[in-house]
Amino acid sequence: MHDKTLTELAASLAAGEFTSRELTEHQLGRIERHDGALNSFITVTPDAALEAADHADASRARSEAGPLTGLPVAIKDLFCSDGVLTTAGSKMLSNFVAPYDACVVERLKAAGTVSLGKTNLDEFAMGSSNESSAFGAVQNPWDTTAVPGGSSGGSAAAVAAGLAPAAMGTDTGGSIRQPAAFCGITGLKPTYGRISRWGIIAYASSLDQAGPMARTAEDCALLMNAIAGHDPRDSTCVARGVPDYTADLAAPLSGLKIGLPREYFGDGLDPAVEAAVREAVAVYESLGATVREVSLPHTHYAIPAYYVIAPAEASSNLSRYDGVRFGHRCENPSDLIDLYKRSRAEGFGEEVKRRILIGTHTLSEGFFDAYYKKAQQVRRLIRQDFLDAFEEVDVLMGPTSPTPAFDLGAQKDPVSMYLQDIYTIAVNLAGIPGISVPAGFVGKRPVGLQILGTHFAEQRLLNVAHRYQQATDWHLRRPELAEENA
Amino acid sequence: MALEHADVLRAAHLARLGLSDEDATHYLDDLGRILEMVDHLQALDTEGIAPLAHPLDATQRLRADEVTETDRRDHFQRCAPAVENGLYLVPRVVE
Repeated sequence: MHDKTLTELAASLAAGEFTSRELTEHQLGRIERHDGALNSFITVTPDAALEAADHADASRARSEAGPLTGLPVAIKDLFCSDGVLTTAGSKMLSNFVAPYDACVVERLKAAGTVSLGKTNLDEFAMGSSNESSAFGAVQNPWDTTAVPGGSSGGSAAAVAAGLAPAAMGTDTGGSIRQPAAFCGITGLKPTYGRISRWGIIAYASSLDQAGPMARTAEDCALLMNAIAGHDPRDSTCVARGVPDYTADLAAPLSGLKIGLPREYFGDGLDPAVEAAVREAVAVYESLGATVREVSLPHTHYAIPAYYVIAPAEASSNLSRYDGVRFGHRCENPSDLIDLYKRSRAEGFGEEVKRRILIGTHTLSEGFFDAYYKKAQQVRRLIRQDFLDAFEEVDVLMGPTSPTPAFDLGAQKDPVSMYLQDIYTIAVNLAGIPGISVPAGFVGKRPVGLQILGTHFAEQRLLNVAHRYQQATDWHLRRPELAEENA
Repeated sequence: MALEHADVLRAAHLARLGLSDEDATHYLDDLGRILEMVDHLQALDTEGIAPLAHPLDATQRLRADEVTETDRRDHFQRCAPAVENGLYLVPRVVE
């Protein structure tokens, strides 16, 4: 069962091959057997999952099942889940039982899905390796000495290992696409504002976006149908019609114009990753696409601009953790300032503190124009690069990350870790959608092909990714897990 | 724009983040290198370019001034560290 895609599982449930309870029990069993080592979940909710599965089976018996009814999913522990521990991977929220559901969680429930639990992540989604989690690092199922990527590392590892057929992630600078690439799965970061951020623990509000992580583009399309669309509770969520994302998956690619950004194939790119990506592009040529080189001239300003904007927004968003209304509180505070300072010093980990300090410094008196305003101006230039490119081509393609997954514990220097996100970060600054699809391996470790489109081009991206997956089998490969019991 | 020890302590105080002198020394090096990386922005001429705050240039939507939430204070205070009679408890502020 766990080797099937979400779409195949939906068909099996509809055909009565097995029930949602049987499927859910199977997935819970796999989590029980394999997640001790992988550590992809922070919280597993077996009782609630089985209850939801029974409910789904009952709906099906009444012929009230929808396309997602009874399908298990895992949720990044950044989405609030009513009555469930919701930690954001932080000691600060290690005691936080969310009092409501995030919009995405609400919609997944309404669609009849079964939540298996909450997946591990970098603390407050700040990281590219999942190593900043207060709940420990996650292993990459393909090579347990490697990181799964981050920040949605638990979601990516859980799907790759067959612990869940799909998971929800969030992406502020690459946090869906890079772990999807590192773990050999498919991950879509939609257009900024396509999916409600309501109930997602905020990191950088002008960049954060939720999205699906699954085996295939087809599975991502299925999930998008349930979660995309307007929500008045998030004032940045766009009021715009939602297409059926599964409708045009099979549309032919003849005449598709692909642009390869020159800057995405330069220094620092692992030659083996480049070879895999160029091979994927050749597959597209064989499917009738034309390829040309384009330029995104401000690419190298994206990481500096991001490390002003994201920490600035984070320092503001994380001011709510004050030890008063929820979250960690220090023992025996001597006064209110001591309560704030010690609660926050004890509750936040090192990377989070680093970003709060940077953000507070750059927003402070005398520095605002030189940093924040400047970064926002550069942000406009970066977005314009993409808009200009999409005048000439339909989609852009390149590597998701310059290297395959790196070793656990290998990246000790924060700045060199930040620079790894060179191909993903500009996408968030521009607010455009991007998808990462499995496109080969370097040794045991997967390589991701990133496909980018203009604002609200998710349907096109899913179509382009799906046709590639019809022509290749990288997305069908599965890692061999230790102690696998058949 | 070089960062100094006092800048780290100032930011920590503004952020209400407890930081000892030694902690500040520890962060000074990392933060200095992050800002050095960020300073590459200064090489770009951005004269006359409007700052971009929202990737779709959307403006804040307004809604009708109507009560849409019910009072769920007790429910939302269940995750608070210390409450009494519906109030959050903190150390005495006024003697």
